[in-house]
Amino acid sequence: MKRILGLILALTVVLSFSMANAEETLNGAGATFPYPLYSAWAYEYHKTTGVKLNYQSIGSGGGVRQVVNRTVDFGASDDALEPKEIEKDKLLQWPQVIGGEVLAINVSGIKSEEMVLDSDSVCKIFLGEVKYWDDKEIKQLNPSLNLPHKEITVVHRSDGSGTTAVFTHYLSEACPAWKSKVGEGKSVKWPVGIGGKGNEGVANYVKRTPFSIGYVEFAYAKQNKLTYTLLKNPAGKVIRPTLETFAEAASAGNYDPKKHFYTWVTNVKSPNAWPIVAATNILVPKERVGENKKVVKFFDWAFSKKADEIAQSLVYAPLPEALKNKIRAYWKANGIY
Amino acid sequence: MIFSFITGIAAISVVLIIVGTLYVLFKESSLSIERFGFLKFITSLDWDPVRESFGAAAALYGTLVTTALALIIAIPVAIGIAIFVTEVAPNFLKGPVGVAIELLAAIPSIIYGMWGLFTLAPIMSKYIEPFLQKTIGKLPLFNILFEGTPLGIDLLTASMILGIMIIPFTASISRDAFNLTPSVVKESAYAVGATKWEVVRDVVLPYSKLGVFGGIVISLGRALGETMAVAFVLGNNNQITTSLLDAAATVTVKLANEFTEADKDIYLSSLYYLALLLFMASFIVLSIAKFLLLKAENKLKA
Repeated sequence: MKRILGLILALTVVLSFSMANAEETLNGAGATFPYPLYSAWAYEYHKTTGVKLNYQSIGSGGGVRQVVNRTVDFGASDDALEPKEIEKDKLLQWPQVIGGEVLAINVSGIKSEEMVLDSDSVCKIFLGEVKYWDDKEIKQLNPSLNLPHKEITVVHRSDGSGTTAVFTHYLSEACPAWKSKVGEGKSVKWPVGIGGKGNEGVANYVKRTPFSIGYVEFAYAKQNKLTYTLLKNPAGKVIRPTLETFAEAASAGNYDPKKHFYTWVTNVKSPNAWPIVAATNILVPKERVGENKKVVKFFDWAFSKKADEIAQSLVYAPLPEALKNKIRAYWKANGIY
Repeated sequence: MIFSFITGIAAISVVLIIVGTLYVLFKESSLSIERFGFLKFITSLDWDPVRESFGAAAALYGTLVTTALALIIAIPVAIGIAIFVTEVAPNFLKGPVGVAIELLAAIPSIIYGMWGLFTLAPIMSKYIEPFLQKTIGKLPLFNILFEGTPLGIDLLTASMILGIMIIPFTASISRDAFNLTPSVVKESAYAVGATKWEVVRDVVLPYSKLGVFGGIVISLGRALGETMAVAFVLGNNNQITTSLLDAAATVTVKLANEFTEADKDIYLSSLYYLALLLFMASFIVLSIAKFLLLKAENKLKA
């Protein structure tokens, strides 16, 4: 019996070693939002190069913690780290792909892209100041819509999330009352509403709860066939959420390699930009030049035309070409390209 | 010699794991304990990661209310099941019903959660909750329990699911306790002309009182710690409300939701503090259960 057990143990050890050696693997962890895209990319990349990507979607905060502790080859975070944190933890950071958030609603009789909201009305709804769908705040933006006198149920994320960080940043920028009463962060103290877990949780609650409103990643709204609104941007123009209007926000953003690309692209001034947009970022430990070269090789491939097409088919917006070149220069400057 | 060594290590490792867990929880939460103290932490309603101000009151309230309600829902049903299986059911039904009850305990909690969200919540919001509002909700005192819009994502739905989940624990242990009633005593009761109901009420129940109680406390421990099923249907809102039709939060749901993205030290430490409180609470509850069961066994032996 003992001998058999010993044999099995030895065999597993040998097997696991040989399997680990047979394939090169990149280990990453972090944001849940780009997970579907990273795994689609990984599948394609593995087919062409034989290099495997193992990405654990544990959340942006977890991704940052893992890369700071040097347990993964790269971390991924929806909200960019500030330059001083990057310097302190000896990391490198760059944006990888763009995502936008939309306001999903469930109001009978109203279809996608029929209702218009602006940052002021969104802010008041999420503060609990606008309580009914036929409030004059919403009415004056939608004079032609037949709005019911029903109470609004606000749906937000219950878990800490990069999506929430972007949404609350958008509100804090656009609405002083939100900034002073609630503030911004991955989780905040919500004044009203119910909380769903994950983008899919919010999508689900909005779908099942009549007269509700919630913020979700555009991809989730599309997949779940949710009704979403148009938004008025800071330039005063009513905008549709599309990959083009998301990319427009990124083009207008002030991405500076000296600041490790730390910036926000919510509420940018361009008249054609969707107002709630953010890039999801990749973080690597600065000192691991060898591993970083492999990581960069993958993410450089992810900037290719083919990878862009995969991204678009999954409703993610590729970075503008100029920004991609800026990132390549940043890699070169840090000796990992 | 080797045998006693191996089993000894196995036994001691349990104690080590418990002590180790307690130590880690205590150490990780020390920052938060220092900052907020004990009384302030458990009485503060604030849970504001942006301003770094944390309190456990709402989460503890949600945990206690869902647990208490779940017990109120589960206990009568569970004891009824146990009485049916041991005293009433014909022999050919005893086996299948007993197995079915135990299988109920084997369903993973996330499946209860999904069932709750997709099936129970719509039923609650469309039929049961409006009905409750129109009937008991109209009575004085009870009206504050059923205020608000019935969404089906609230304390009541969460408690229903928890109740269903803990039924098998109380039912199985009660059944075993009932079976421990010596048949001689029951037969003599029947012999003096007692009806079945009188035998259950006056002989079986008093005899197995402590066993049943132990079963209830084990259910209580389970209900205190349940996470996934509740996370789906509770709405996760950090507030204390009198209405059962409002969203709330529990300690475990808060931990599951916020742990991975807690990016500040004090935030993480406060989550550990919550975990520590829950650990101690369930440890105390389960110790009481164990104690009661022991007492019941000793009494029967004597």
